[in-house]
Amino acid sequence: MVGNVAEAEDLTQEAFLQLHRKIGTFRGDSAFSTWLHRLAINVVLMQLRKKSLSLISLDEAMEPAPEEGPGRSFGAPDLMLTGAIDRLALERAVANLPAGYRLIFILHDVEGFEHNEIAAMLDCSIGNSKSQLHKARLKLRDALRINTELEERA
Amino acid sequence: MTGERSNESCLAFQAQLPELISSGENASSLPHIQSCELCRALLSDLETIAEAARRLFPVVEPRDSLWDKIETAIKGGSND
Repeated sequence: MVGNVAEAEDLTQEAFLQLHRKIGTFRGDSAFSTWLHRLAINVVLMQLRKKSLSLISLDEAMEPAPEEGPGRSFGAPDLMLTGAIDRLALERAVANLPAGYRLIFILHDVEGFEHNEIAAMLDCSIGNSKSQLHKARLKLRDALRINTELEERA
Repeated sequence: MTGERSNESCLAFQAQLPELISSGENASSLPHIQSCELCRALLSDLETIAEAARRLFPVVEPRDSLWDKIETAIKGGSND
């Protein structure tokens, strides 16, 4: 999520500190792993907020501004990405996603969580998780196509 | 007119895509996909992106010293 090992370790430490402080508030309403994941995600979002990225809260992260959303998908059919995705280009594109999209894309497509698990972690509906993931993939597709176009022009 | 109709069917199809992809159903056999090159390309790209994502960000193990730091920080903060 933060793209930096040292920062990730700092956040891991902060998540454990938060766990130590808040463990008494865990009431067993959800699985402990879900509660812990949500706590860790909030630590990451707090850090992103400190860095003045475009999110304020988990709710806002889940609903990027309209101008940050993907466009309709009526692109030229000859610009298919199949078999041509450069890993670094994709990592860059993921890093540039709005935080809410990035969060769900990483949780689902990279880390392999199911939508019902993500919904529980982020306190959103399963439909919302599916919709946000779809928008994230569309936005990545747009970014990768622009990248391909630029490379072809160079 | 045909283009508008085509756009409408594309919009209707694309509105179902989040549910369709997450269901694991083989969307490539659906009538719209078989007749629409744009949506076929879109579906293929989204599947390619999801596939490529599994190879992203290899797991990085934290340094051995991290737990010591956490333990120290917890002990330091346990007086409050």
